[in-house]
Amino acid sequence: MTNLPYLTLLILFPLVGSLVTFALPMAFGAARIKAVAIGFSVASFFMFVLTALQFELGTSDKFQLTENYEWIAAFGVSWAVGVDGLGLVMLGLVAILVPVVLLAGWSDIADDVAGKFFGLVLLLQAVVTGVFAATDLFMFYVFFEVMLIPMYFLIGRFGDQNRRKAAVKFLIFSLVGGLVLLAGVISVWVNSIRITGFGSFDLEYLSSLDLSLETQRWLFMAFFFAFAIKAPLVPLHSWLPDAAGSSTPTVAVLLIGILDKVGTYGMLRFLLPMFPEASVELAPIALTLAVLSIFYGAIMAIGSRDIKRLMAYVSISHFGFIVLGIFAFTTQGISGSMFYMLSHGLSTAALFLAAGYLMQRTQSSKIDDHAGAFQTTPLLAGFILFGALSSVALPGLASFIAEFTVLLGTFARYPLLAGFATLGIVVAAVYALWLYQRTMTGKPSDAVAGIKEISGREVLALSPIIALTIALGFVPQPAFDVLNPTATKVMQQVNQIDPAALIGGDN
Amino acid sequence: MLITTEVFVQPEINWFAISPFTILLAAGVFSLLIETFAPRAARRPLQLALVFGALLASFAAAALLLGTETLTAGDAVAIDGPGVLLQAVIALVALVGAAGLAENKVDPSGDAFAARASAIPGSSDERAFTAAGWYSTEIWTLFLFAAGGMQLFVVANDLLTMFIALEVMSLPLYLMAGMARRRRLLSQEAALKYFVLGAYSSAFFLFGAALVYGATGGINFNDIAQAIPGRPQTATLLMAGVVLIFVGMLFKIGSAPFHQWTPDVYQGAPTTLTAFMAAGVKLAAFGAMLRLAYSAFGALIWDWRPLLWAIAAITMFVGVLAALMQTDIKRMLAYSSVAHAGFLLVGLISGTNAGLVSVLFYLAAYAFTTLGVFLLLSLVRDANGEANNIDTWRGLASKSPLTAFTMTFLLLALAGFPLTSGFIAKFSVFAAAVQANQMPIVLLAILASAIAVVFYLRVVVLMYFRAAESTEVAVAIPSNFTVVALVVSAVITLILGVYPQPLLDLISQTPVFIR
Repeated sequence: MTNLPYLTLLILFPLVGSLVTFALPMAFGAARIKAVAIGFSVASFFMFVLTALQFELGTSDKFQLTENYEWIAAFGVSWAVGVDGLGLVMLGLVAILVPVVLLAGWSDIADDVAGKFFGLVLLLQAVVTGVFAATDLFMFYVFFEVMLIPMYFLIGRFGDQNRRKAAVKFLIFSLVGGLVLLAGVISVWVNSIRITGFGSFDLEYLSSLDLSLETQRWLFMAFFFAFAIKAPLVPLHSWLPDAAGSSTPTVAVLLIGILDKVGTYGMLRFLLPMFPEASVELAPIALTLAVLSIFYGAIMAIGSRDIKRLMAYVSISHFGFIVLGIFAFTTQGISGSMFYMLSHGLSTAALFLAAGYLMQRTQSSKIDDHAGAFQTTPLLAGFILFGALSSVALPGLASFIAEFTVLLGTFARYPLLAGFATLGIVVAAVYALWLYQRTMTGKPSDAVAGIKEISGREVLALSPIIALTIALGFVPQPAFDVLNPTATKVMQQVNQIDPAALIGGDN
Repeated sequence: MLITTEVFVQPEINWFAISPFTILLAAGVFSLLIETFAPRAARRPLQLALVFGALLASFAAAALLLGTETLTAGDAVAIDGPGVLLQAVIALVALVGAAGLAENKVDPSGDAFAARASAIPGSSDERAFTAAGWYSTEIWTLFLFAAGGMQLFVVANDLLTMFIALEVMSLPLYLMAGMARRRRLLSQEAALKYFVLGAYSSAFFLFGAALVYGATGGINFNDIAQAIPGRPQTATLLMAGVVLIFVGMLFKIGSAPFHQWTPDVYQGAPTTLTAFMAAGVKLAAFGAMLRLAYSAFGALIWDWRPLLWAIAAITMFVGVLAALMQTDIKRMLAYSSVAHAGFLLVGLISGTNAGLVSVLFYLAAYAFTTLGVFLLLSLVRDANGEANNIDTWRGLASKSPLTAFTMTFLLLALAGFPLTSGFIAKFSVFAAAVQANQMPIVLLAILASAIAVVFYLRVVVLMYFRAAESTEVAVAIPSNFTVVALVVSAVITLILGVYPQPLLDLISQTPVFIR
């Protein structure tokens, strides 16, 4: 069993699923096509479970389940995959969210194009799995770019009336980031040839290079630019509210919950290990942008009149927290950030999907159209409240642990910054509760009159996310057990020691 | 009275080494005989059999020659790694291009060429010839000469042979560009422009060749390369000659500021011919350009590099910015080909083996993608022939998903997306340039690539994200010729993107010009 190419299979499952879904003729029946697609995503989930069972806890300072096949020898490119704690958690997030999203979006899409929608989602799953499994920089880049294509079509074909502009804006922002990243990727490779006489894209090899600080600075800028567009940090964020605001809630979940995580993932996986000195030196830039994002996102969220745009701004705020934790360079901050990436994926899905159910019923995403929805659909209102509270980090939920750990980790090194960021939580309470108040309470508007209560399928789709959010809120330790070795590894790579440990050492 | 004591010695000719283009040129002569003696009804099948047979033989000969390094025909021809490889690719491109040209199901009245080119557009003669179902089968003679000229162009080892190859390649293309069945005036105008500007650029080339001869005392690339270090007193003359020769070549590869003919000719010529021309001429002219830059004038790299650096930068931006503004899809692709000439120059100016390998790969990748795009273009039609206005492509995905999908794939390849040949090509060109310390031009190229994506994707947006407006536009069902040509182009674009190693190996085996 242990010799199976688990990670390659994990990429192939949804890929095959997507091809099958595309190939099925319309005459096969929309419902059946959708069922086949969901079947493949569930199969991929079980494949992930099998993969996770092979993962050995506590030894994840090295990549596990590695595979390495020569791909383009002329450039030193390999099909190289492997996971550590972070990779495993991200793969898990993908494996859980895709079936959930497909089930939740069952009736969002017109029957005649449902096959294309479901096929594109599975294609996206395959590509994103590749992104999180790649340990070869070239391979990562290939998946990083290819990822845009299915997402571009998902936004541009299935969104609202502004979808075309939003899709093009998304693509151009991402491509500019991607091309700058390409310059960085090529440059790293050329530097590796200059230093050792041997060019390769293997992550561990590239991390072991002794790059000059000057070179590192330039490369850091290129990589950080690309990743800061992906996990949008102010001022590179403006595509996200448009893209998320114009796409269907399910696509928005994939976009914010999974795709944007590639940015923060890339920082941890590639940026810090390959350019450790520059990362430490230039961390103030990242920290500044992070705090800016926390507040800018939260304030813009308060001012939004559109539910989806509001949630996009909330996410920008949350990405600020994640980046803050990463660049604080404490073990706690980094593992908090990684945990945040998981919990944010879950809470985004909970809020977006529940609110999406409501928006699908009213055919509107304006906040004002939804006043008094509590009276017609109390149960759905309850789910939305859960999602909203989860996104403002209510104690007892996973997001609370995440935010708390990040702030604690940041406090150890930058007490002032952490204190300042904590204010972001207060602002968050405003937008979340105000959203609930404006949509759920009050006199029912025309739009919400007579809409149907949440259905069994919709509850089923939400239930795994809610269960996980609560479970991780009360028992986060298993997740941290997986993530902590990665955090320790990253700390070693950037050659940093926890400030608390320094104080403790003197006693 | 002068009495020359030198005796003319007939140069030794290695017939096998020169067989790829000799086969094509001989077939061209034979094709002329078919035109003269075969009855009208038999001409098309005979010509097609001859063309495909000759191209296959030429490809086989080039494939067998891979790895051979020899000078022959009095050192006028250099059979070497890059040259033979380009000959093989040209043969393949010509095969695919010939399949496209042979298409006669898409237009209800015949193939893409006028029933008789001499008939005045709009005349009763023209209608009569068209009604009689005639074909201009002489295009095949022209086609064979053009393809043979291309193959000679990439192995020519002295300035005169190169010039002759240039003309053998170009003259038939000028003619064929003017022979479109539809929109004949546009086509004839394009041909005239192409011819006049082409003749002008030939003059540049010749004048440059004369200056270089004056400066170095030789026309053979080896003589030139040997003479360069030893003659500082003629350096200015030499440089002037080099610049003029490059001007002539830059015209052929469609590089700014010598690109003006490209949009008109690409638009006016029959689209299936544009496909072959865009791919083949770029291959051949760039192959010759590489030989000039690396073999003949390799010692002058410090002089020509800044020049071509600037040209590359201008070319990329003129190409992408002008393409942004086009409403005709053929003109847009013409400007995109200008931009690609710029990307190719980025590889060329690195002046290293890696640069040579990357440009050769780029050429092969670009040639097949371009063939595919233009052939696909020739299928989207309305009542008046091809529908080339971008707006008429609205909603094509719902009418013809396969066409839209293939088009999207090929456009993504031109844009340089991963998992297409275009990405590997761009990657290798950029990597070679960075290795040669040319980071600034790579950054410019990356900026240009980002702009390029906008116009490539505009077509995708129209096809997929817009509802169809006119019902007239439809995708014609082509014959097997075009189907095979399209499949080959798309599959090569995919394979070179997913598994480029074999071709890279092949190129890297002998990545040097001999002289």
